[in-house]
Amino acid sequence: MRTVLELISDTLGGTLGASPELLALFVGFGLVVGILFGFFGMGGSFLVTPALLMMGYPARVAVGSGMAFVFGTAVIATLKHHDLGQVDYKLGGIMIAGTTIGIEVGRASVFYLEEMGLAGGIISVVYVLLLGGVGLMVTRDALNSDGGSGGGHHDEADKDLSEYEIPDIAKTIQQTVRIPPMVNLRGDVTVSLWVIMAVAFATGLLSGFLGVGGGFIRMPAMIYAIGAPVPVAVGTDLFEIVFSGGIGSYLYGQGGGVDLGIVVPLLFGSALGARIGSAATSVVDADGIKIYFGGMLLAGAVAVGVGEVGSYLGIEILETIGLVLVLGAAVVVAAAVVYTSLRSLRATRSQQTPAAD
Amino acid sequence: MAGLEVPTWDPQAAILIGAVLFEAFLLYVGYGGLEKLIGPRLMEALVGGENSA
Repeated sequence: MRTVLELISDTLGGTLGASPELLALFVGFGLVVGILFGFFGMGGSFLVTPALLMMGYPARVAVGSGMAFVFGTAVIATLKHHDLGQVDYKLGGIMIAGTTIGIEVGRASVFYLEEMGLAGGIISVVYVLLLGGVGLMVTRDALNSDGGSGGGHHDEADKDLSEYEIPDIAKTIQQTVRIPPMVNLRGDVTVSLWVIMAVAFATGLLSGFLGVGGGFIRMPAMIYAIGAPVPVAVGTDLFEIVFSGGIGSYLYGQGGGVDLGIVVPLLFGSALGARIGSAATSVVDADGIKIYFGGMLLAGAVAVGVGEVGSYLGIEILETIGLVLVLGAAVVVAAAVVYTSLRSLRATRSQQTPAAD
Repeated sequence: MAGLEVPTWDPQAAILIGAVLFEAFLLYVGYGGLEKLIGPRLMEALVGGENSA
């Protein structure tokens, strides 16, 4: 029987044998992804899997390593939110339990509908209704607020949790459903355990039914149905991603789908980038850069399309163009974030100097 | 999403995930310390003065 040390040495040594050039490329790419994640609060990690696919990694390794990277990123982000007191572990624990049951029922429903030959059509309709509904609700809320201060996430983070206004729909639910036991959450929110379980079950059901991670459903559900303050919803959602990402990575790792030669340098770069991106939010108006972000998403979509066509037709240069496009777009946006932040800081500094004199 | 496949015990997969978890902790603490240590000086060099960011 092999000793634990031998096992560790085999596992880590076997996967960390990448060339220095490749390691440097992954650290650099991680830095870019981290800046985007830290600044926009999302987007970035979704670039990893397509980029790995375009680099010629098998789908299993691209998805598995991408998931392990998301797991590591979620751990770091959760630690940060924990330090700021924005993770509600009680809410997270109940949500994990309810979501788990919901996912299983959702998966069973898909198998049942598949047998009836109705799965494809129903899933597409639910997807459109759900995305449209969430989009409309968030947009209406944004329009009803004071028009967006646009000062980045840090102003929000500095606010006391109890100062967050609870959406009307959440207030109505809290006042109407008073079935014990009642649960006290961060931000002075008191809600019935059954409401949390119902929300968790419903989001898990949709997640299992649609085969998606569920963050885009879970976060608005925590805000609009439970009444959790936005930072708590974000922090608690990240805490859930630690679990789902951890289990997903473990399952992919069992099948040899997690390559530490990819994940370790990516995480090394992204943890630094996330700090830079996060700090930039306090000095730059995110709305001004959102146009670049949209452009990056479009460029990413075009890149994946070009790469796929190249791969289908066996034209290698198209695959390379696709890779250059997706990496180039991400680098340009990350550079724009850093450049705009430094310019803004310098401008503030030069304005303050004469005033100080 | 991982779904609900019941994971069987696999020491090699556990070491992989443990390594990612360990690195995440290490980076959080390490970069946090570095930020406190050289952050203000780095910002001074880049911007040319004190900042509160």
